[in-house]
Amino acid sequence: MTRCWSALGALGAMTILAAVVHATGSQASVPVRPPAPTLTRPSTATKPPDAAGFLQRWLVLEPIRVSGQLTDNAVRATIDKPYFPDQLTVVPHDGETERVGEESLTWHAMDTVNYNFNLYHFAYALGKPTSNVLFWAVTRVEVPREMRNVRLAIGSNAASIWWLNGQEVIGIYGDRQTIIDDGVSKRVTLAKGLNTIRAAVINAGGATDFCARFLDADDNPVRPIAVRLRSESR
Amino acid sequence: MTRFWVATAATLLAMAPALALDGQAAMHDPSTVIEAGGKFYVYATGGGLPAFESDDGWTWHRTAPVMQAVPGGKPGADIIARGGNNTWAPDIIHVGDKFFLYYAAPGTQPKAAIGLLVGRTLDPASPDYKWEDGGPVVWSDGVEDSNAIDPGVMRDPTNGTMWLTYGSYFGYIRLVELDPKTGKRLHPEAKPVNIAINSEASVMIFHDGWYYLLVTHGSCCAGANSTYSIRMGRSRKVIGPFVDNMGIDMLQGGGKLFAGSSGRHVGVGHFGLLDLGDSVQKFSCHYEADLDRGGISVLDIRPLLWRDGWPVAGDNVTAGTYEIESVRTGTALEMTVQGMPVGGPRGRGAGRGAGRGDTTPPPPIPSQDVTQVGNTWPSGPVDARLAPYLLQAQQKWAITPVDNAGGYPGSPYFKITIAGTERALAATPDAELAVAPAFTGAAEQLWRIDQLTDGTYRLMPKGVPNRTDALALSAIGSSMPTLERFAAGSDRQRWLLKTP
Repeated sequence: MTRCWSALGALGAMTILAAVVHATGSQASVPVRPPAPTLTRPSTATKPPDAAGFLQRWLVLEPIRVSGQLTDNAVRATIDKPYFPDQLTVVPHDGETERVGEESLTWHAMDTVNYNFNLYHFAYALGKPTSNVLFWAVTRVEVPREMRNVRLAIGSNAASIWWLNGQEVIGIYGDRQTIIDDGVSKRVTLAKGLNTIRAAVINAGGATDFCARFLDADDNPVRPIAVRLRSESR
Repeated sequence: MTRFWVATAATLLAMAPALALDGQAAMHDPSTVIEAGGKFYVYATGGGLPAFESDDGWTWHRTAPVMQAVPGGKPGADIIARGGNNTWAPDIIHVGDKFFLYYAAPGTQPKAAIGLLVGRTLDPASPDYKWEDGGPVVWSDGVEDSNAIDPGVMRDPTNGTMWLTYGSYFGYIRLVELDPKTGKRLHPEAKPVNIAINSEASVMIFHDGWYYLLVTHGSCCAGANSTYSIRMGRSRKVIGPFVDNMGIDMLQGGGKLFAGSSGRHVGVGHFGLLDLGDSVQKFSCHYEADLDRGGISVLDIRPLLWRDGWPVAGDNVTAGTYEIESVRTGTALEMTVQGMPVGGPRGRGAGRGAGRGDTTPPPPIPSQDVTQVGNTWPSGPVDARLAPYLLQAQQKWAITPVDNAGGYPGSPYFKITIAGTERALAATPDAELAVAPAFTGAAEQLWRIDQLTDGTYRLMPKGVPNRTDALALSAIGSSMPTLERFAAGSDRQRWLLKTP
């Protein structure tokens, strides 16, 4: 297991790292990039969803290079491939890294200022590829009481697979844009306490982002929940 | 005026596949189709900006690329510097004595510029035909959340202001105000307004107090695997917010479906309004894949309808057998002959078996076919009339496109014959109607059928002997069809086409 945790907050270090890499010349092709304009570093232990119920705090792994094929079978083959240990169960810390092939990729805890999480901004600011890539994203929502008959509702650019508490609940395929509630799960139950949402988003080219929220039985956003990435403080 | 959506929708479902346009209609990312000097023009993506013209809106042919009429033969240096060398997805508008043609000049995504060309005529045969470089209008620098391609231009009919929307999937669809005198930005220092995301090929239209933003969602350029669809939101203000039918802002990816794949056409994009007046509105678009033409991308022009405050994509009439019912009278057009009840004559009463306790239903009665009753019909010309629809053979009309007879925006001319015969509905020299014993191909037997904005149809002969004005099939009283000038505010010339 190559996952490790850095005391240096990954998010805050993004621009710095890019600049250092550039300055040392170890990867001269990585340009100095401005910070992602729609992403900020988390500053609170929890973050409630926005007024429309969208989850705005995520742990996102730097992109993994893949073929970018978006058909059902190609997406399934891409997702089924093991890239790093416990990829379907891990809830990483901000700054932990994964060894994927020859690359060391870092998890970043980030808040989005919008309803959607702009993966292009995320990767571009890091000097990472944005086309033909796979993003892994994880978040956890803290629920004050068991909630039955809710649905996870997502949108993504482009194809994506989603898991709730380890169970796959949504798959959308093809070259598509992020449409609110584009993919909706069957009725699910949110357990009291922490529930883990995991996404794998594949982009072929151009912009890439995703959004996610829970809907109640009347299709209204579920709001009495909060994102808490970790159950303990460090 | 009553609207007739249920009947027409049901009719459309039963129609044969729609025809796309005739001639050289292969193109991608067409501009709005524009009418000028009695001809129709459209421009598209490609080297030098491909140009097309049509005398009637049905048969199209390609002319010399636009850039051949631009000094230097290519986008100006400022445009190339701001964007790139490509020429994509133009749009055009006529303001006063000028035509403003906007086009995308993309470089490496998302660095792109939208250039302006200014002309005085669209007719390449005119000695005045030339385009002047108006420079870049808007651009994206390759970093910002915008890709300045796919211009769409609108003149606000309420106050004469002019607006440009542009953008693609990379970042926002943006809006800037233009100067109707120059075609350039009115306030170049103003920050563009973000109005939508996740889309391209944006354009606005105005209708009944609402601004509608029509965009294209999905993916292009993948033939029959393209998911292009036209979607929309509306706003009371030109700057938005544009919200769809579910209350979702287009800035959050909202968009009510306007037109998607159907029939033999996969992927629909690049909406453009063609308002022909008299309650006839059409829209231009392209299909990513026309399965009847080997899956190439082609232009089409289709009816634009309105329902519950939203535009709806209509379909051009296609070959089939129909009841032609007057909206005014509720009676059906028929050839004036003695009708035979379906199943044959019988006496008055509730019907065989009714009230007698029979448990076995009588057998079905077959539909009436012309071979059952046509042998009693006169062989020569016969009048036409309106009558209650009784499913009889003289009330069933075959509507069939006629090859090489020309057409009008979106469709060829049709012949209208009694189903199973060559007896053809015809205009007479006194602007009345008759059913001729055979179809001759003459103008008085060729019919233009436009779907109106309420979903009903207007039927017009291509020509009326000894007349130069355009006349439409009209209903008088309960039983008299005739030809009159079309009056948009009346039901007299509105018809339903129902499957028998």
